[in-house]
Amino acid sequence: MQRIINDPDKVVEDMLEGFLKVHKDLVVKTDNPRTIKYKNAPVEGKVGVVTGGGSGHKPAFIGYTGRNMLDAVAVGEVFSSPTAKAFYDAFRAADSGKGVACLYGNYAGDNMNVKMAVDIAEEDGIEVKTVVANDDVASAPITEREKRRGVAGEIFMWKIGGAKAAKGGSLDEVIAAAQKAIDNTRSVGIGLTSCTIPAVGKPNFKIENGTMEVGIGHHGEPGIKVTELKTADEIAQIMLEIILPDYPFVAGDEVAVLLSGLGATPVMELYILYSKVEALLQERGIKVHRSYVGNYFTSLEMMGATLTIMKLDNELKDLLDMEADSIGLKQF
Amino acid sequence: MDYFYNNKGVGIVLGLIKTIQDNKDYLSEIDGALGDGDHGINMNKGFTLCKERLTADVTDFSKALKTLGRVLLMEIGGSMGPLYGTFFIEMSKKCADKETIDKNTFKEMIEAALNGISTLGKAKVGDKTLIDTLVPAVEAYNKALAEGKDFSGALIEMKAAAEKGKDSTKDMVAKIGRASRLGERSRGVLDAGSISCYLIIASISDSIKALLES
Repeated sequence: MQRIINDPDKVVEDMLEGFLKVHKDLVVKTDNPRTIKYKNAPVEGKVGVVTGGGSGHKPAFIGYTGRNMLDAVAVGEVFSSPTAKAFYDAFRAADSGKGVACLYGNYAGDNMNVKMAVDIAEEDGIEVKTVVANDDVASAPITEREKRRGVAGEIFMWKIGGAKAAKGGSLDEVIAAAQKAIDNTRSVGIGLTSCTIPAVGKPNFKIENGTMEVGIGHHGEPGIKVTELKTADEIAQIMLEIILPDYPFVAGDEVAVLLSGLGATPVMELYILYSKVEALLQERGIKVHRSYVGNYFTSLEMMGATLTIMKLDNELKDLLDMEADSIGLKQF
Repeated sequence: MDYFYNNKGVGIVLGLIKTIQDNKDYLSEIDGALGDGDHGINMNKGFTLCKERLTADVTDFSKALKTLGRVLLMEIGGSMGPLYGTFFIEMSKKCADKETIDKNTFKEMIEAALNGISTLGKAKVGDKTLIDTLVPAVEAYNKALAEGKDFSGALIEMKAAAEKGKDSTKDMVAKIGRASRLGERSRGVLDAGSISCYLIIASISDSIKALLES
């Protein structure tokens, strides 16, 4: 394993230590070592916005903590849900008395731990409502959308929810905006190599040289098919053919596009891929209002990319365009 | 005897802790084939943490179960933390106010545990999970009771059914949880959760039998 670590069982602790040193202008620790918060949280008079998830997806999840973004984040082991207590402590850290919106991804462990944490918070008089991201088109057919996993579309959900809360939205309004964001969002991933959890020490799965897996999940969940490795232009075409008809996105739509590397993809190549994505959207009469290209939501050192598209209306556009200051997303 | 005293039962939980500690590497090794190889590490972490919390004021079985359940639920994370946490908390609720625990109380305990875990995890028999161990175990216990077997006799049936259930996961294709991503590739290997569930049932069964016979 070619990795820069100390004890493989302590990578999350060791990472957090460094993270908090570097980003102390934005993020501080709480009394729970597995919960971090925005330095100004809870923000007086504002609905708290919280997420949580397994580690290994930097800058997600903790990197989206900040102004007009997330107020607190629960941190799990690598690729493993945070504890119910970490979620609960995140709710406490974010709640100013206006309630908490917990915006997280659709995974078995996260669903269970969030549910437990919400129950405990309720007993303590903290009102928590949830939105579960399910933007990964390849993870289940549209008829079973509730089974789909959440991937990079979560970033749009956090951005929109965070902005709505910052504008003074009530808990129900924040939840409605975040739900609309994820309902309007579709994603698909392609994987070119596997990834290795340090504590395990061997690759999680295998992708043969010269091939790629279309529809791969953020932890290597199997996709729709394995094909020979294509050119960037062809990959753009394949990804859009999966995403566009699913929503469907049609001529005249305005969209936001997020193209994230999975950890090992040179950013240079993401720009090559993006260029064709935008050209193909333009050909179909779909207008790109804003685009984000870079390592926004990774999977350790996996080679590959996730393409995420969100259809915009006036409200979403307004919220997407709002200023934001976090490590993963800065917009001024 | 056909019952045991709640305040003599802390040892049952200590036995459980030791069982998981002894099988840490085995569980991780099995999990490595289908999952991410951390099942043993996480289970060991939770059960060992519980041992530290079993202080002098935890004097009976129901309180010890509650301590174990709370640690797993609140401090372990992943899927196994909440699932086993719920399992032990539901068990503890059904005997919290009991001075003695007989075969009927134990029936309520395991039924509540199964119910709690099913509601939370939503897995069904055949999905290649711990449910494939737990469901036949509870059914066998209930059947033994219906046939008029005593507490010890029913525990023996429960353990045997759990073992068979665990072995049945070998030929299954995982339909839920992390291993389901492997599809057909998950066939041919036992499910790590079904093994830990068997170890738990076997340990509880053996400990209670020893108490009943003492």
